[in-house]
Amino acid sequence: MRTIHVNEIKDTVANLCWEACYYLPDDVINGFKKAEEKEISPLGKSILNQLIENAEVAATEHMPYCHDTGLAIIYVEVGQDVHFIGGTFQDSIHEGVKKGYSEGFLRKSVVGDPLLRVNTNTNTPAIIHTDIVPGDQVKITVLPKGGGSENMSAMKFLLPGEGVEGVKKFVLETIEAAGGKACPPIMVGVGIGGSFDKVTGIAKEAIMREVGVYHHEPHIAQLEKELLEDINKTGIGPQGLGGINTALSVAIETYACHITALPVAVNIQCHAARKKTAII
Amino acid sequence: MAEYHWTTPLTNEQIEKLHVGDQVFLTGTIYMARDAAHKRMVGLLEENKPLPVDLRDQIIFYAGPCPPKPGQVIGPTAPTTAYRMDPYASAMYEYGVKGTIGKGPRGDTVKASCEKYNTVSFAAIGGLSAILSKCIQAVKVVAYEDLGPEAIRELEIKEFPLLVAYDAYGKDLYEQEISKYKNRL
Repeated sequence: MRTIHVNEIKDTVANLCWEACYYLPDDVINGFKKAEEKEISPLGKSILNQLIENAEVAATEHMPYCHDTGLAIIYVEVGQDVHFIGGTFQDSIHEGVKKGYSEGFLRKSVVGDPLLRVNTNTNTPAIIHTDIVPGDQVKITVLPKGGGSENMSAMKFLLPGEGVEGVKKFVLETIEAAGGKACPPIMVGVGIGGSFDKVTGIAKEAIMREVGVYHHEPHIAQLEKELLEDINKTGIGPQGLGGINTALSVAIETYACHITALPVAVNIQCHAARKKTAII
Repeated sequence: MAEYHWTTPLTNEQIEKLHVGDQVFLTGTIYMARDAAHKRMVGLLEENKPLPVDLRDQIIFYAGPCPPKPGQVIGPTAPTTAYRMDPYASAMYEYGVKGTIGKGPRGDTVKASCEKYNTVSFAAIGGLSAILSKCIQAVKVVAYEDLGPEAIRELEIKEFPLLVAYDAYGKDLYEQEISKYKNRL
């Protein structure tokens, strides 16, 4: 049994919030650079260059890359041999988000009630996903998720017989409907299988996959490559202003599902594809 | 495609010169307002009441900034997705707003309003927040302070880079550019 004080969780979450927002991951910046080399639209090329420069300015001056510092989505893998002391685990995460968004000068983008719409001014509550795993460590990932691309995400139950072609059609329809509204170049996370709740969850996990890494199963990796090509043929391009780089990646995650169902979810990540992990 | 370096307020003659794809580097005063502020303002217009700030002949920047760090004028700032303001845009253009700044494509009602009221809808790059905030030289909250990042702010900008996305002639830059690159991969 390992004992961890919840203050350690709070402080780790706080640091991850601002670190994620200031320093765009290398795989995303490298994705911009590769896209910039390939882009045939002069305007698209110029936009990609400005995004690369924006990432440099944000990192050098320790400020958010994008003003929409998002809804804080927190993934925690808790080792089953860990015992928390000093308070509750859930509160320590919300308190960490509050601290990180305040001390990091991040925008508070959360309204407490979706209909009354009064800003909580703390960016809490966070969305917390907890998994119990073997071991005595705690792995925390913070995904500050921007609203523009989240708004363009979609879920649908296909008929089982629609198969791969049905999945491709739904993904492409979703991306075409999103167009420039989702702030391309985007990372596309696709969930296939599971249930109503599971499929959107795995689509969101998919957007955190490193750009340029394909699924370990060949038939899924093949589908990812085909979808990426189809998406980049739409012409939407950087910012929806035309080009051959609408998406930098398509990542698919799958799960077993009911014999009646073929659920599909598309979670769109804008170019501010921020994620940061720490292990305690 | 032309390039202009202009100072606000923009005149009717200047708006008439603009065509989709033109670049405008804008200097002067503009106003920041997004979803919640628009809902309130259009509510006032529907009741024939005055707005808390006179926005006639002005440019509205659809955005909500990060808080400034010590020493900064404003935190990172870039346009939010423009189509969310589409339900309010016709009323605002009719009221007298000369232009709006956002990101992403907009609906047909905006296209029609730009033509009808001789106004434009500009695009700036979404998420270019670290860079764009450097074009802002002064900021003050002028209305709806309770809305926090959604309050109406008056900004002094310098050479703020914009593209004409929808002009007063009913043209659409997004449609035009996407059609050029469809199936080009």
